[in-house]
Amino acid sequence: MNTPDSSDRGLTRREVIRVGALGAGGLLLAFVLPARTSRRLGAQSADPKQNAADFEPNAWLRIAPDGTVTVLIDRSEMGQGVLTSLPMLVAEELDADWSRVRAEHLPVDARRPIGRAVRLTGGSASVRQGWTPARQAGAVARAMLVAAAAERWGVAAAECTTGQGVVMHERSGRREAYGALVDAAAGRTPPTDVPLKDPKDFRIVGTRQPRLDTPAKVDGSAVFGIDVRVPGMLTAVVARCGACGGTPRRVDDARARAVPGVRHVVRMDHGVAVVADGYWPAHKGREALTIQWQEPADRASSTDVARRLTELAARPAAQGFARGEADVKGARMLEATYTLPFLAHATMEPMNCTAHVTADGVTLWAPTQFQSEAVRTAAEAAGVPPERVVVHTTLMGGGFGRRGESDFVGDAVRISKAVGAPVQVVYSREDDMRHDFYRPASVHALRGGVDADGWPTLLRHRVAGHVSGMRRFFPQAIQNGIDPDHVAGLGADLPYAIPNHRVEYAQLDTSVPTGFWRSVGHSGTAFAVECFIDELAVLGGKDPLEVRRHLLATNPRALGVLNLAAEKAGWGHPLPAGRAQGIALVVGFGSYMAEVAEVSMERGQPRVHRVVCAIDCGRVVNPSIIEAQVQGGVLYGLSAALHGDIAVEGGKVKQGNFHDYRVMRMHDSPVVETHIVPSTARPGGVGEPPTPPVAPAVANASFRLTGQRVRRLPFVRAAQSG
Amino acid sequence: MALSLVVNERTRRVDIPGDTPLLWALRDALALTGTKFGCGAAQCGACTVHLNGSPVRSCSIPVSAAAGKRITTVEGLSADRSHALQLAWIAEDVPQCGYCQSGQLMTAAALLARTSNPTDAQIDSAMAGNICRCGTYERIRRAVHRAAGAAKPK
Repeated sequence: MNTPDSSDRGLTRREVIRVGALGAGGLLLAFVLPARTSRRLGAQSADPKQNAADFEPNAWLRIAPDGTVTVLIDRSEMGQGVLTSLPMLVAEELDADWSRVRAEHLPVDARRPIGRAVRLTGGSASVRQGWTPARQAGAVARAMLVAAAAERWGVAAAECTTGQGVVMHERSGRREAYGALVDAAAGRTPPTDVPLKDPKDFRIVGTRQPRLDTPAKVDGSAVFGIDVRVPGMLTAVVARCGACGGTPRRVDDARARAVPGVRHVVRMDHGVAVVADGYWPAHKGREALTIQWQEPADRASSTDVARRLTELAARPAAQGFARGEADVKGARMLEATYTLPFLAHATMEPMNCTAHVTADGVTLWAPTQFQSEAVRTAAEAAGVPPERVVVHTTLMGGGFGRRGESDFVGDAVRISKAVGAPVQVVYSREDDMRHDFYRPASVHALRGGVDADGWPTLLRHRVAGHVSGMRRFFPQAIQNGIDPDHVAGLGADLPYAIPNHRVEYAQLDTSVPTGFWRSVGHSGTAFAVECFIDELAVLGGKDPLEVRRHLLATNPRALGVLNLAAEKAGWGHPLPAGRAQGIALVVGFGSYMAEVAEVSMERGQPRVHRVVCAIDCGRVVNPSIIEAQVQGGVLYGLSAALHGDIAVEGGKVKQGNFHDYRVMRMHDSPVVETHIVPSTARPGGVGEPPTPPVAPAVANASFRLTGQRVRRLPFVRAAQSG
Repeated sequence: MALSLVVNERTRRVDIPGDTPLLWALRDALALTGTKFGCGAAQCGACTVHLNGSPVRSCSIPVSAAAGKRITTVEGLSADRSHALQLAWIAEDVPQCGYCQSGQLMTAAALLARTSNPTDAQIDSAMAGNICRCGTYERIRRAVHRAAGAAKPK
């Protein structure tokens, strides 16, 4: 399973790196961080010849005469540390002085067109995709600098060494900083056969380097989307129909226009924008609007969705995976149904976007995870060709999948075009929560059995899922009516070897808008599987850890994280009175993750004291960022498990702010311990794997305390209705 | 309405309606965008600033109520990122997305100003109104302790 680095060649240097021109001097290399070539994102070819013909760089490495190294990448920084981790890969092979390295988002403009590539940050994929090409770019730049120095000194390049941004020739004692070599290096042809370092020689990769974006985030100078200020910019808020899909039928805007500071009222298909000299007058103007809405015929209800999903899960559905027999004679059987709600993303920074539509085209300042979709949306909304859309990606106050949508881009562009000025559209918290693209609801009906020895021998997992974001974004991935996200980790990719194993899927379609949410399909599937494995363990009279070990006998990396988490948590050892532990596992995004939650019950609800996590994400780039992602992913999953519930009635979302969509705060957050498995495998993803296991780990622990299974999330609702 | 505000030890004049929340006076009238809009309802703490040294939610205070008082925003915590908390935040690499951190820092600064060496429980209690969706709480707690240690007289 471990892919050695040496076989990880992919594309050759000549085909993926070119030298660019820099007006101010310096060395500029353009290179390609490949987009995923999976079923989901088929836009870029995996064929090197094809890529060479289509050379569309989405990352630049710039070394200035003053020695500053700037890495510009098309991946969006939303907290996951990509503006540090990818530059670390470049800096490692470049032998750069890390204190001189900077990182920026690569703009989309005439000089750096988006081409046909998919520009999307998601799926915990950035380091996985950048691992080889980012290092190659650094290695090529280093070789060019060494060659320039060797020529200048009249020595063999092989006799030169590098370190901390300096080329050295030990025998003659010569040294030259990279900055002094860039102009000579820029005239050279990039070499094609530069070896990458043996990982044992890494000095930056694998170490706790400080994030490059931290200083600007402690003094208020970091510019998030909502902080963009363009001369002449107006602020817009949009009145939208409470019921998803409603349209304004009659609008009386006289009072809104009378609010001091309100400049324009713009009617759009789906809403009415109030445009003003700042957020507050825009907000007051919106309050003063009188709108009669044409509500949609289909006014969804989440109660109805849960009922219909439960009905779907009760009958046979499309078969997604089958191994062994559908039934096993003599097995002791168990059935259980798990119910998962819609969830909002609730990023700290509400949705927003700044757009300026002029005769030349559109300029966006966008907190977006999905630049190619933002370009498409802006071009369509403005009626210009996509080549006329410039995108400046800003920092973003959380993404979690929400910023893969482009609703805010379309609104900003339409409003700017209507008023002829730069416009920043800002969602209030209530707008953001009530006009999200929710994690789809699902119901999981499981049937399983254990053999005479108590080991699981049969598993039938039937998922009834609400339509997910797949249909809008990647419809080609839905094969035979099966949404791959709703069965993520359940079929051939189930880590457990159960000899008789079936997966079925049925789909429900309503007007509730859905999208991708941190950890995507695993957020629901892991809850069902990991709770049910626990139930089968009890049925077979076994320890849940023991059962998992048995089922993972041929899956060493999954077994490795399971054992490490159990060992570090002290599984099986006495706990303080009133506490119990639960364990859960997820395999996905190229990584392996196990978590042990230590829980007590307070007023009928679980209180989580400690979550011990073990992750095998292959080679480690920055352990500090991995720890941060594990802490964050666990708390994101725990917020949802304990409190997360978007209720829809008459098409309207009831929750609106943090008082009724509760999230973890410091005082109720558990200690999260992170243990990283040393590995030489290719890097795996880190942003998403920590999220799915925490809900089942807590549910399994709470069963140990109460004897009651929680099969419906969130816990708080389950406790109230139970 | 013309108002005189003392922000980060400078007197600034703004001409906006008095019911405008202090948050929007800072962000839109004075271009001090370090103070963040998170919820508009004093639920999340992203907009925390100091009013005469006390932490307040600027989204829920009309600018007229802040006139004549000392207003401190994250931009005024120090001139050069040298406040003990800013140094601690950098040393512990606290921020992920970073959006809530201005508010976290301002709440923590008010805590340290009155409790020089807080316990975990005191930190948790003081910070309970500040949400972080990236889950940086453990590092925030560590950074507050680090800053408290650094601030101690030698």
